[in-house]
Amino acid sequence: MPDNLSPELFGQTPSQTVGPFFHYSLPWKGGADLVGQSGLGARPELFPPAHDRLTVNAPRGPVTGEIIEIAGRLFDGDGAPVPDALIEIWQANAAGRYASAADARDAVPLDPNFIGFGRAATAEDGSYCFRTIRPGRVPGPGNSLQAPHIAIGILGRGLLNRVVTRLYFAGADGNDEDPILALVPEARRATLLAVEDNGVWRFDIVLQGRAETVFFDF
Amino acid sequence: MNEPIFFRPADPAAQPAPLSPAYGSTMKRSPSLPPIKIPQTLTEITGPAGCWDALMGGAQADLTTQHAAAPQGQRIVVSGRVLDEDRRPVPNTVIEIWQANAAGRYIHAKDNWDAPIDPNFTGTGRAITDTEGRYRFVTVRPGAYPWGNHHNAWRPAHIHLSLLGPAFATRLVTQFYFPDDPLIELDPIANAIPLPYRQRLICRFDMATTEPHRALGYRFDVVLRGRGATPTVP
Repeated sequence: MPDNLSPELFGQTPSQTVGPFFHYSLPWKGGADLVGQSGLGARPELFPPAHDRLTVNAPRGPVTGEIIEIAGRLFDGDGAPVPDALIEIWQANAAGRYASAADARDAVPLDPNFIGFGRAATAEDGSYCFRTIRPGRVPGPGNSLQAPHIAIGILGRGLLNRVVTRLYFAGADGNDEDPILALVPEARRATLLAVEDNGVWRFDIVLQGRAETVFFDF
Repeated sequence: MNEPIFFRPADPAAQPAPLSPAYGSTMKRSPSLPPIKIPQTLTEITGPAGCWDALMGGAQADLTTQHAAAPQGQRIVVSGRVLDEDRRPVPNTVIEIWQANAAGRYIHAKDNWDAPIDPNFTGTGRAITDTEGRYRFVTVRPGAYPWGNHHNAWRPAHIHLSLLGPAFATRLVTQFYFPDDPLIELDPIANAIPLPYRQRLICRFDMATTEPHRALGYRFDVVLRGRGATPTVP
């Protein structure tokens, strides 16, 4: 039988589920707090303290931009909360620049204290929360400009592949002309719009069924 | 719109279908609608790089020296390369692993199998690939364990892997298995990948990686989505 190193089988490594037992490994303390000093994102109650090897990390200085909180819940096809998923975000800084070599637009400033990548393990009630800054606008295809958005990846037991969506801000400048939102049937666009409620941007994610969140492939 | 392809698409032959009924947890968690195809924008082709110390943390590649004494089980070395679909190395990227102990038990409050926990084994590690995309872990061979998917269901021994690669688009989470394990062909998670592609997830025993009087060696290469046509910058 061929195996991983068989030349005739060379190609993309297949994806497998993250499973339910990643909590002592993948999250880090502060992974969901991109602007502050909290331990948000990790669930150290799920393993013994003697085996707590999770890193503690926080920005080394003040982050530029409007600090926001994003909170929501993750649901399955029965409307039941998903208590064992991992949610990851990737976003531009307040000026609209990605902290990545692949974004070489030197005219747009980097923020030395903001990377823009975060991780949060969902809680028993399927909830998650990120503290971050509201991203600036970044270019889209051609001469278009994208509305402020945050890319979201979801990993979990029962998900053989990561599923990917985007969070947009209800009422934001640019939503009407966003080249990605324009590809989403109007009736489903609301699943991508976070709504502000008492200073928190609410963004629930539904994996399946009624009001299923729009997921993307690229 | 005729947009540049920065990263080649996921290979539908090698990647699992979201709904895989034999793996029960997919039934209520896999999206029922197909994903919407979007062009690869700056959002998808960028990703964090070289800042692992400020995120999940730096390398901790020896899982056998994290506690007061050595863990139980067969010590092994797992090494390999992270490549793209053109066999180009993916350097300076983080690769995270986690696994059960030698008895097949995870150090996790929700793992209620009665196999013993090992006070000297947590089962988590990280490595950063070198300029040639190489990584290397020292760990113990994980045990198989039962799970509730169906009657008499057992997961084959496996190690979980998590990679970011150069971009949001190249993120990969997977599991690899060991050669000659009869549980693999019975496992609904491994079998969500059709043959022959499933065999890509089976590492190879390797005498050159094996260390005399110390550890058996296994090799496992990871292949991430390759670069597409180079876009023309005006």
